[in-house]
Amino acid sequence: MTAITGSAWAPGLGYRIRWGVSDTLTLTKRSLLVWFRVPAYIFFSVIQPVIFVLLFRFVFGGAIPVDVPGGYVNYLMPGIIAQTAAFATFGTAIVLAQELKKGTIDRLKSMPIARSAVLTGRLTADTIRMFVTILIIVAVGYAVGFRFLNGFGPAVAMVVLATVFGVAIACISAFTGLAIGDEEAVQSFGLIWLFPLTFVSSAFVPIATMPGWLQAFASHNPVTLVVNAMRAMALGGPLEPTLWPNLWRSVIWLAGIFIVFLPLAVRAYRRAT
Amino acid sequence: MSQFDGAGEQPAILVEGLTKSFGEVRALRGVDLSVPRGTVLGVLGPNGAGKTTAVRILTTLLLPDGGRAVVEGHDVVREAAAVRRSIGLAGQSAAIQEELTGRENLEIIGRLYHLRRPQARSRAAELLEQFGLSDAADRTAKTYSGGMQRRLDLAASLVGRPRVLFLDEPTTGLDPRARLGMWDIIRSLVAGGTTLLLTTQYLDEADELANEIAVIDHGLVIAAGTSEELKNRIGGDVIEFTVPDRGQVASAVAAIKPIGEGEPHADPETGVVGVGVGSRGSDALIEVVRALDAAAIASHGLALRRPSLDDVFLTLTGHAAEDEQPNGRRRRSRDRRGADDTGRGGPEGQSPRDKTAKAAS
Repeated sequence: MTAITGSAWAPGLGYRIRWGVSDTLTLTKRSLLVWFRVPAYIFFSVIQPVIFVLLFRFVFGGAIPVDVPGGYVNYLMPGIIAQTAAFATFGTAIVLAQELKKGTIDRLKSMPIARSAVLTGRLTADTIRMFVTILIIVAVGYAVGFRFLNGFGPAVAMVVLATVFGVAIACISAFTGLAIGDEEAVQSFGLIWLFPLTFVSSAFVPIATMPGWLQAFASHNPVTLVVNAMRAMALGGPLEPTLWPNLWRSVIWLAGIFIVFLPLAVRAYRRAT
Repeated sequence: MSQFDGAGEQPAILVEGLTKSFGEVRALRGVDLSVPRGTVLGVLGPNGAGKTTAVRILTTLLLPDGGRAVVEGHDVVREAAAVRRSIGLAGQSAAIQEELTGRENLEIIGRLYHLRRPQARSRAAELLEQFGLSDAADRTAKTYSGGMQRRLDLAASLVGRPRVLFLDEPTTGLDPRARLGMWDIIRSLVAGGTTLLLTTQYLDEADELANEIAVIDHGLVIAAGTSEELKNRIGGDVIEFTVPDRGQVASAVAAIKPIGEGEPHADPETGVVGVGVGSRGSDALIEVVRALDAAAIASHGLALRRPSLDDVFLTLTGHAAEDEQPNGRRRRSRDRRGADDTGRGGPEGQSPRDKTAKAAS
């Protein structure tokens, strides 16, 4: 459809980029205003990871032997943070499904705004939301004994990697939200793929403790690779040599996810009427 | 089809042979419409008739399979971007973000229409004033009544000062008082020169607001013209009365049958019996009184009236406007018409749009 639009009035590329960015920011602001307006939304985005931190730190943690500097809490936090980033995308899928069903996306599409802005605005807002949530969880981690042991730069890199990972997962979620288009079905479907993906990984336990067939999945799971790289960034020391092998594999995985799911999400958005 | 476009001016909306299918379901089977500038076309039909599909094509949300549609001189397929700059779309409160205030909602829409911040602000204030929402402007839209949300939604569609406005079932699900409020607002817009295409399943709404009416059923325009023209098509006046003793409805029908021009119709539940009597109004009225008296049938509310659009729909389609079944000869009673009995959602009007056809795709 895009190929045949605008024959009467074809604005230049610069103009389109400028308004594309402007429309994206307007819709980003719209989403963030909603988030700030309703304290319950902030509370619920943060409460689940906090419960997980407390549960694994104080209930399960004692029974899980790990070989990293600082003990289980240091092992745990990069895993929780990656999971937090992934779970934050539940919101992406659910809101897109809601907006689709309610007709909001239709209404925006009938206005003379950049075609991409609904999707990019949503992803930008959710990225900011995710980033803030990650920072809060880092602070909670600090309160229960977690420490970055590798300096400031790598700590920032870890947060950035977690966010990029979250955005990649958000592309998958955006696709599922738009393709399924029903809030409850989207929520259930999110549980079906996000729980195994994040738990059958090195996020919470060393994968060597899993049965062999499960290890095969866990060791190739992008969550394992991302969490291992994050852990090496956060803790350094003996984990330093594990950084690059995990990081470059993570980057390939994440690039793959973007290449496959961003176009799928865009296509689902175009079709979603 | 139009009596207004004699001046040779290009109509604001022109639709020719429009077709669209969703899989097996043929939602539009060759629709023609023409709406002269500054007039109101009421597109009238039951749920699933194809009204929403037509609006979605005209507002560039859906590509047609065949035919063409031109809005303000721009083809909806080839010049979709230009069409989007000329139109506004409102309907079921879809543009409203409930967590934001009325003012914020309109200012954000203004920004999306690329108004500068001060302009967006003053345009929002202007519309809030015009739609009687100034007092509620800084409350979140969640606290608004259904009617206020519709008004805000309509205001949102006007931020960009569209020349052509599409209203997709603007009063579905509203209580009668809120409906009257919407009608007043819609009338004032039309007085301001906006071209309006309005879809509705309410006959009185089309009668009240539209210059011309297109009756659409199963993807085809089955009749078009002014309300008067449509009423004339069923051939004159109607005599209607209510039989309080439901057991006598059948004998009442039998008694008046020789008098009517056509077949009398009766609703066994409400006891309402009616018959078309052509131009023999007064004579027929006397004959009916005599016939009922002779058969010892008590009746009340006996009246000779001009046909309503209900009668038109019944005559044209063989089913009442709000019935889904083509064989549904049973008419719904008049007073239920204001209620939202179509399963399209409660007072919030948040139910999904007309997806009857879509669901089947």
